[in-house]
Amino acid sequence: MGADQILQYLLSGITTGSVYAIVGIGFNIIYSSTGIINFAQGEFLMLGGMISVSLSHSMPLAAAIAAAVIMTGLIGVLLQRLFISWLKNPAVLRMIIITIGLSILVREASLHIWDEKVHALPFWTGSETSSLAVLGARISPQVLWVLGVSALMVGALTLFFRHTLTGKAMRACASNATAARLCGIRTSSLVTLSFFIAAAMGGLAGCVVSPLTQTQYDMGTSLAVKGFTCAVLGGLGNVTGAVAAGLLVGVLEAASISVLPLAYKDVVALAIMLCILFFRPEGLFGGRAAAPAGVR
Amino acid sequence: MTTKKSLASLALCAILAAPLSAADPGVVKIGAIFAVTGPNANLGTPEARTLQMRVDEANRSGGIAGKKVELILKDSQGSTEKAVSFAKQLIEEDDVLAIIGPSTSGESMKLKGLCNDAETILVSCAAAETIVNPVARWVFKVAPMDSFAAQMIFATMQGMGIRRIGVLCSNSGFGQGGKAQLLKLAPGAGITIAVAEDYDKDATDLTGVLTKIKGQNVQAVVNWSTEPAQSIVLKNIRQLGFDVPVFQSHGFGNLAYAAAAGKAAEGTIFPCGRILAAEVLPAGHPQKKLLVSYRNAYIAQFNEEPSTFGGHAWDAFGIIAEAVSKVGTDKNKVRDFIETLSGFVGTAGIFNFSPADHNGLTMDAFEMLTVKNGRFVPLR
Repeated sequence: MGADQILQYLLSGITTGSVYAIVGIGFNIIYSSTGIINFAQGEFLMLGGMISVSLSHSMPLAAAIAAAVIMTGLIGVLLQRLFISWLKNPAVLRMIIITIGLSILVREASLHIWDEKVHALPFWTGSETSSLAVLGARISPQVLWVLGVSALMVGALTLFFRHTLTGKAMRACASNATAARLCGIRTSSLVTLSFFIAAAMGGLAGCVVSPLTQTQYDMGTSLAVKGFTCAVLGGLGNVTGAVAAGLLVGVLEAASISVLPLAYKDVVALAIMLCILFFRPEGLFGGRAAAPAGVR
Repeated sequence: MTTKKSLASLALCAILAAPLSAADPGVVKIGAIFAVTGPNANLGTPEARTLQMRVDEANRSGGIAGKKVELILKDSQGSTEKAVSFAKQLIEEDDVLAIIGPSTSGESMKLKGLCNDAETILVSCAAAETIVNPVARWVFKVAPMDSFAAQMIFATMQGMGIRRIGVLCSNSGFGQGGKAQLLKLAPGAGITIAVAEDYDKDATDLTGVLTKIKGQNVQAVVNWSTEPAQSIVLKNIRQLGFDVPVFQSHGFGNLAYAAAAGKAAEGTIFPCGRILAAEVLPAGHPQKKLLVSYRNAYIAQFNEEPSTFGGHAWDAFGIIAEAVSKVGTDKNKVRDFIETLSGFVGTAGIFNFSPADHNGLTMDAFEMLTVKNGRFVPLR
């Protein structure tokens, strides 16, 4: 195998991994501020993609994406207000079942609002066939967009959780909701805000991956599984960790494809993940305490 | 003595009752199982729409031979478990004359034994050769065989001087069936398959495996699937700067896939039924009139191009309707009629069934098409 082919495997791993990473980020936002694992996160991606594809027929791409991000965020708020906000201290299992139920609801509603067909946003730069040459290997410019948007999200979230009063209050909520309330923090509106941010970021992720993965009403589940795995692997609550874990899984998968039949790809990735979780149950980049405490 | 008598009378009752319960004489009951939603919705939706359109049309004009058609349509979402439970329901509770579908090969293979044992006619709309080879008495299929598609692809490759190829298939029944045919037929066609790989049917990125195929110095790539991954393969291949002809299976026969791949779909070569080239067929072609009228009716009602898959539902219904209009609604008679039906002009081709051939089509059912400026046109 030549050096350029090894580099090509690496780049293809980054392509796959960038999608996993950006999905993984969304899980962390709600977890960081509420301790809830939102299994409807994949549906936010689908909504972002679907809405932007529909709007892109009647307005410029950038405007369609911005509108899709805001609308997806508002749908997140609506779901939280309708189905989650009235629960007092729900058990983790109950929350998981509720979010899975919501994901089915959103999926079926989308099937009726849109259709069963495959849609895709146009590539943000270039087209389906364009690619950048890197030392003899090639990568789609859209992958750079995905990585760029991921980096932007990580940066913004880190600043928000560490340096703003609202961000700090959200972390306080997650650590101990009662204590946070005693300190005068309005926990319920912060939970709503965290759903807005997670849904909006999920929507943005859905827009940026759409040219690569394509968008259809039932894409959410399979993307969410990979994204969730990366979020756990990186350490729940750690957005930088999710990105690193996503890229790592992508590259591991590409490496396995180079020597084994493609059919074994998931086995290899999952086996490595299991090993890591046996020896570091808090994830690769999670703190030892493994508690939801925002971005460390 | 008394027990014997009552047993005998019970048996008599059963014999007398069976045909009575089976057939409400005024109604033709047809079941259908399609993957209307889920990853194979591109097959099931046009099938369900076409079948409903045909049934409505028949009922508006007074039914088949004066009998109303009752259609019981089920959405399997492409899941074999659901297809099996719907089939049992259609056979045992609804007591249908025949089941049309399922859309996918995997589901059809599960129903093959089930319907044959229950002596219910199954007219599958899926491609795999194994559905009718070996022949099951009660199982027919209207989609052309995957072996014909593989032969057409290899014949085209020979004409282009291609001798070394890479193969990609999805892990669905259709993908695996196609892969088996490609591997079986390649040596006879003088073509070397350098690498053959399977991917998950939900795959969203295939650059890794395409890198592997690129490293094998192949002259062409064949992809065999029905899922959205068909468009992803095309995009990934061009993004890798991998400049070889790409062949797809007849699973590509829906313009939505070409549209999703945009520019990357240009030049893709695939075998397909003539419905996609209806307008450009010569005027004297025996299928021309039928294809044009189906296409126009479909576009008028659903405002989108029809696909070969919808055509399979058209053919399945047409064949059953033809049988019922000639021999009535007795299951055995309908089955016998279909088995000897010949010269039936359908959307997929001219059907000539026989006891040894429950598909009735030949390689001639396919035309090689290519994508040019976002449209399907015959390959020249």
